Amino acid sequence: MTGLSIDNLSMRFDLPGGGAVQALQNVSVDLKAGELMSVLGPSGCGKTTLLNIVAGFLAPTGGKLVLNGHQVTGPDAERGMVFQQGALFEWMSVRENVGFGPSMKGMPTAEKSQVVDHLLEVVGLQDFKEKAVYELSGGMQQRVALARCLANDPDVILMDEPLGALDALTREKMQSLVLKLWKETGKTIILITHSVEEALLLGERLIVMAPRPGRIHKEYRLPFAEMGVNADLREVKKHPEFAERREEILGMIWDMEEEIMGRTEGAA
Amino acid sequence: MIPFALYVAIFAIAFIVASQIAKRRALQDYTSLKTVTFGDESAVRPNRAAGVVSILTIFLLWGMFTGSALLPGFLHAPGPFEGTARFTYTAQAEDGRRDDAAVTVLVHKREVEVDAPEVTPGDGFAKDDGVKVAQWRNVLIAVDKNDDIRKRDGAQVVAIDGQPISPGASVKVDGGTVSLSDKGTPNFQPANGWQMEPLYLPAPEAVWTRMLKIADEGFRNTSLLGHLGWSLFRVVAGFVCGAIIGIPLGYAMGLSNWFRGWFDPIVEFMRPVPPLALIPLVIIWAGIGEVGKIILLFLAALWIMAIAARSGVSGVKISKVHAAYSLGASKWQIMRYVIIPNSLPEIFTGARVAMGVCWGTVVAAELVAAEKGAGMMIMVASKFQNTDIVIMGIVLIGIIGFGIDMLMRYAERLLVPWKGKG
Repeated sequence: MTGLSIDNLSMRFDLPGGGAVQALQNVSVDLKAGELMSVLGPSGCGKTTLLNIVAGFLAPTGGKLVLNGHQVTGPDAERGMVFQQGALFEWMSVRENVGFGPSMKGMPTAEKSQVVDHLLEVVGLQDFKEKAVYELSGGMQQRVALARCLANDPDVILMDEPLGALDALTREKMQSLVLKLWKETGKTIILITHSVEEALLLGERLIVMAPRPGRIHKEYRLPFAEMGVNADLREVKKHPEFAERREEILGMIWDMEEEIMGRTEGAA
Repeated sequence: MIPFALYVAIFAIAFIVASQIAKRRALQDYTSLKTVTFGDESAVRPNRAAGVVSILTIFLLWGMFTGSALLPGFLHAPGPFEGTARFTYTAQAEDGRRDDAAVTVLVHKREVEVDAPEVTPGDGFAKDDGVKVAQWRNVLIAVDKNDDIRKRDGAQVVAIDGQPISPGASVKVDGGTVSLSDKGTPNFQPANGWQMEPLYLPAPEAVWTRMLKIADEGFRNTSLLGHLGWSLFRVVAGFVCGAIIGIPLGYAMGLSNWFRGWFDPIVEFMRPVPPLALIPLVIIWAGIGEVGKIILLFLAALWIMAIAARSGVSGVKISKVHAAYSLGASKWQIMRYVIIPNSLPEIFTGARVAMGVCWGTVVAAELVAAEKGAGMMIMVASKFQNTDIVIMGIVLIGIIGFGIDMLMRYAERLLVPWKGKG
């Protein structure tokens, strides 16, 4: 079977002074190959922990993770990751960064440079091939990060707030790019974000997580990602259902934040 | 005190003049338009004029107070007295009779040989004397030696130039000071002026000619370049050994719990021990030859390089390592393509510090014991009071240390252009 199955995942961190934090509790999601899922939630709800477990950087304390029929136990090239920022290798040029995965696999040079050239064209950076990454703007750097991840042809792409540090305009352009790449490559993508709009735009499926313990609060299936492919995202946002969902989810997260605040105040 | 006051005065005057000139031709660049400059470090740029004047001032003061031939005479600080000084002394015999006699003192440069001036004895029981004395020296004048009534006959010097004097007191005369020793013999000290004696501070041109001479003839059977070259060789050899062991050690400490635990106490203990404190032990163990020096410099560089490599490893952003793993890199590939390049800037910083420390340590080690080397050169020269060689050595050591640092910075710009860009 193809797809990613997150099965009853739990994560418990023991604190040094005794006690423990339940970062995740019984999280289950089944993703078919090629699905785009966004994850939303207030800070501290375990979004990043979930992503790190899927990437294989953390071993869960309960439950399991199955990708294409085999259990995930550590990081692997089949699950690529795009980080918020600063995960590019500044000692390599744009070309070397994008070609990193293929180089590690020992892909022949000719084939590799074909892959790199193609991907740089896809993300619109063919003229910046030999530049150092620190000479690029934040948006361009994230495009390099996307291309670097795609160069490895992973089954699943994990995105940890990849657009969080970008300005509003660049962010919108990048959202279109992510949708385009999703449609063209047919990858399974999990995207973490703080922005409700971004979660609605970039999620066929959207899960809202609640904190303490981190768990799935609500799940949606949304039409906006399909609508947004090769279309003007601002038009999508004008859709009446979009506004309705946005208000609903904002209210939900607002309530959770208030509850956290209340709990901290009560404790203090 | 006077040179210091002059220095402050030149500083202030140059500042006022330069800022007046700067005001005249007000520069219109971006920084000049900043209204907040006090507290904005980026608006503070070294003033080139100040740098030039600063260096010129040092040479000016040096020349002024050493009577340098490079400066026109009117700029010199008052020099020591040179020429013939005359004073009279009044001798008193036991029976109260008094007689005056003149003393002629020829004050000559130290390096010239002269004869004492010939004088006619004159009349009376006290006879005139002629003596010589070198600048900055003093001379005890046994004025009674040619007198008819001598000290042992009860004669006493009671006045100089007509001014009464007693043992222990002194009188100013033309060209110097005469004091009476406890036993009643006049002592003449020619006026020193404000200049430094060449024995303590030679003029700049004297240092320069000495350097040319030593560059030409060598010093203690080794050429000047040989001395400096030996010092440099020791530094490079010690540093390379230290880096070869220290960098892998630092990596191991940054990557493995066991290595970190094992070497942390050793490194943290050795780090604050100044390498100079190890010189005696190294000499006891390895002698004063090359091996001992290289071991010392190895120890000086080792801990610095190990700590630099360790912090280079711990400075890797975890997201870079995670990214590399999820791109399919093996542990070895992570080491080769992520950890090593990421730690290079830190290692270069460490190398710059280590080279500086090694250069300082090698000079100190050569001061203690060596047959060749920059430190040995100034040490031996100081024993013979060859101050010019000492100053020359200090200047050359400074220039080479500065050169090493510039070279390391250049290499850093060339080899790790991504420094600080992560």
